[in-house]
Amino acid sequence: MTTIKLAFRNIKKSFKDYAIYFFTLILGVAIFYVFNSIESQTVLLDITESTYDIIDTLSNMLSGASVFVAFILGFLIIYASRFLMKRRNKEFGIYMLLGMSKRKISMILFFETILIGIISLAVGLGLGVALSQLMSMLVANMFEADMTRYEFIFSSDACIKTLIYFGIMYVIVMLFNVINVGKCKLIDLIQTSKKSETVKMKNPMLCTIVFILSVIALGYAYWLVTGGVNETVQTPDGIIKPIIIGAVATFFLFWSLSGLMLKIVMGMKNLYVKGLNTFTLRQVSSKINTTVFSMTIICLMLFVTICVLSSSLSLKNSMTENLNALAPADIQLSISVKDDSWLDQGYNKAQIENSKLGVRKTLEAFGINIDDYLQESVEYNSYRMDGLTFGDSLGDSLEYIKSNTTSMIPYSMQEEIMTISDYNKIARFYGNEEYTLADDEYMIIADYDAMIAIRNIALENNQELTIFGHTLKPRYQECKYGFVEMASNHINSGIIIVPDAVVGGKECSYNSIIGNYYTDSLDEQREIQDKIKTMIQNPLSAEYSLPNVNSKADISEASIGLGALVTFLGLYLGIVFLIASVAILALKELTESTDNKERYAVLRKLGADEKMINKSLFRQIAIFFMFPLIVAVIHSIFGITFCSYVISTFGNKHLLPSIIMTAIFIVVIYGGYFLITYFSSKNIIKER
Amino acid sequence: MSTILKIDKVEKYYGSKSSLTKALDNLTFEVDKGEFVAIMGASGSGKTTLLNCISTIDKVTSGHIFVGGEDITKLKGNSLNKFRREKLGFIFQDFNLLDTLTAYENISLALSIQNKGAKEIEKKVNDVASKLGIKDVLQKYPYQMSGGQKQRVASARAIVTDPQIVLADEPTGALDSKSSRMLLESFDYLNEKLNTTILMVTHDSFCASYASRVIFIKDGKVFNEIIKGNSTRKEFFDKIIDVVTLLGGEENDNY
Repeated sequence: MTTIKLAFRNIKKSFKDYAIYFFTLILGVAIFYVFNSIESQTVLLDITESTYDIIDTLSNMLSGASVFVAFILGFLIIYASRFLMKRRNKEFGIYMLLGMSKRKISMILFFETILIGIISLAVGLGLGVALSQLMSMLVANMFEADMTRYEFIFSSDACIKTLIYFGIMYVIVMLFNVINVGKCKLIDLIQTSKKSETVKMKNPMLCTIVFILSVIALGYAYWLVTGGVNETVQTPDGIIKPIIIGAVATFFLFWSLSGLMLKIVMGMKNLYVKGLNTFTLRQVSSKINTTVFSMTIICLMLFVTICVLSSSLSLKNSMTENLNALAPADIQLSISVKDDSWLDQGYNKAQIENSKLGVRKTLEAFGINIDDYLQESVEYNSYRMDGLTFGDSLGDSLEYIKSNTTSMIPYSMQEEIMTISDYNKIARFYGNEEYTLADDEYMIIADYDAMIAIRNIALENNQELTIFGHTLKPRYQECKYGFVEMASNHINSGIIIVPDAVVGGKECSYNSIIGNYYTDSLDEQREIQDKIKTMIQNPLSAEYSLPNVNSKADISEASIGLGALVTFLGLYLGIVFLIASVAILALKELTESTDNKERYAVLRKLGADEKMINKSLFRQIAIFFMFPLIVAVIHSIFGITFCSYVISTFGNKHLLPSIIMTAIFIVVIYGGYFLITYFSSKNIIKER
Repeated sequence: MSTILKIDKVEKYYGSKSSLTKALDNLTFEVDKGEFVAIMGASGSGKTTLLNCISTIDKVTSGHIFVGGEDITKLKGNSLNKFRREKLGFIFQDFNLLDTLTAYENISLALSIQNKGAKEIEKKVNDVASKLGIKDVLQKYPYQMSGGQKQRVASARAIVTDPQIVLADEPTGALDSKSSRMLLESFDYLNEKLNTTILMVTHDSFCASYASRVIFIKDGKVFNEIIKGNSTRKEFFDKIIDVVTLLGGEENDNY
């Protein structure tokens, strides 16, 4: 009875001290709920069956990520509760002095944790449910679906899941508390640790040298992921190098800056002795001095957060953008012409023979007249030639390229060849630029930047190619933009376009049709596609080669699905990382404020008024918070550049809006924690 | 000799009308420039309240307190802070130096709070440091200093601003006897050699015996006052003990 009462009063009394703890718990619970309830948010949306599959995958992945997130939040909560315990040592000491048993103190803590748990879960779930209503809008926007109607959604699954996960976390916190109390000695609890800090002034020469070295190391790491990026991605573990160099250099940067910063400002005498600046600077430098390692970790976590958030958001944006440009036709059907070598792969004689029929005739054999469905269509062929691989097409430049670029390039890939008239038909249909070629010229159409760069080396050297007995020289000294196969991103690594006469009479390797339907209705389009897709169930399929179907609808769904997956995972992990790092920062700062209470009392007696003290406190916290953020932002400039290079196939035109979004997230969460830390610290150092 | 501090019929009440506590009850006394005055009294006698009122941390209910001719009970807001910064010096229990700052910075901080220029700060710190013989420890941190050095740095901090009066609240309260003696000797030095006016609140007779005058307070009123005059410290100490005995049984706790 009294134990519960005491627990209740303790919480009420120290509510302000608990602010950061509560804030973190509530945010954690809310975010956990929001991301686990995404599946239920889609109930109201007008979406197709296959989109549901994607959402299913998405929620499975988010579930998996939730386990990871639970670990991070769990550690954070334990860390935070230990901080609170430390603050209350004296209180426990008094309880014990009054003869309260450790068991009873544990009971008080037990009830306190339960109370905190209940309050934070209730508020957090409330916030989560409110936020998830906003989330439905994001989900609808993401899947380009209309909200058919608005309805308040409560996901009991997500709610139960949140309760279980956080329940487990709170139980662990309780265990930790009990162990902590059990280990306590009365003497340690009563004696307030009045440790006198030993200030070690670092050697300024050493600091300068270490600072310069770490800046150089960072510069090198930055160069590795920007200027020298081609070499860095050559091997899969090439990226490890800049990461390790970056992390180590960051550590030494903080190490040297904490000493250096002080020395520099001390040199500016007028500034240094103005008001409480001396005190402020000494405080900050000793804080950074003792937390170099955590500063590094926090800075790196922030760096990851910024990169993940802005890259995932931009990925989604560019994917949607690409879709309209890269999948201009409704449907693309193609059949590869097979030869006897395909027998090994499970094809029979009849199938191989019939593969030469082409798309139109094959469909007719199944009773489908494609022209009944397609309002407009284009048929075209493409060719392969033995002895013309990608490596061959690079010709004399191959050795140079091999020694200068990545080793992962598929040099033995067979080149695709297409006639200029076929290509122009497609280009006209797609709305791309058309070209003309002289009889002895060829050109290359591509849209994959990394491959274009390689091909351009050969083209600049005027590499001649021999195709089907004709020797051709390049018309342009660079690849021209274009593609044939519809895709969700820029993956055309190059198609060689030759004059019609070159392939005259040769057997093609692929026969394809692209076309637009009569109907705009997605459902009707789907019907036709399903008909083609279910050809496999027809007994005739044993004798024919079936066409590949590539449709705008499929591409868009896959791309939306991938985009949504990346975005939600990025948001989820990014926000949790952000909370974790800034919460640790905030707790460190609060610990400092508690330990330094007497210092502020001295300042007051020296005649410093509250305004001066608050200003000093504000500056300390601001510098402490901004320091890792600024370094992380500088890292991120290069990190994001690298990310956008890696995902350049998706295009990266939309970096700015996503960076703005990321900035908003950081300002809100970081700023929120900053303010709470400031007001809590102010409260802590206040004279009773 | 000019009067530095004048306590004029000061009253301070705590609590509500039904249960009124008179912490200070029509208290009147004066402190002259260059005096070293100790205020003694049992706990609850109002000595700390008095110090709080002088240092403007607390406000009087009625009466006036003049410091250097200025009525500080009339001060408000910023001028209060200004008064505290410029006219008062404090010496605390166990030195209370900021351990992240060097001796120099600990002293200069008192001046930079007053927004003095860098040149002036440097000059004043060096002056006071050479007076107290701590020039060679200025660049050291508190943890690198001996107790005596720390004590002198704390004293330097208290007087570097040229305060009208230095206040000390139970300065030896948390100190062992050796450190106490060291502190009191530095008070003596400040008072004798540097002509600093010191007002010290204590309940320790040994501590009070270093003063030139001891004022005893009981229930918020002046109970007695004795002057050292030409007597030795030992004689003065005995006189103080006599008054303390007279004051009441509860004041026997002089270690």
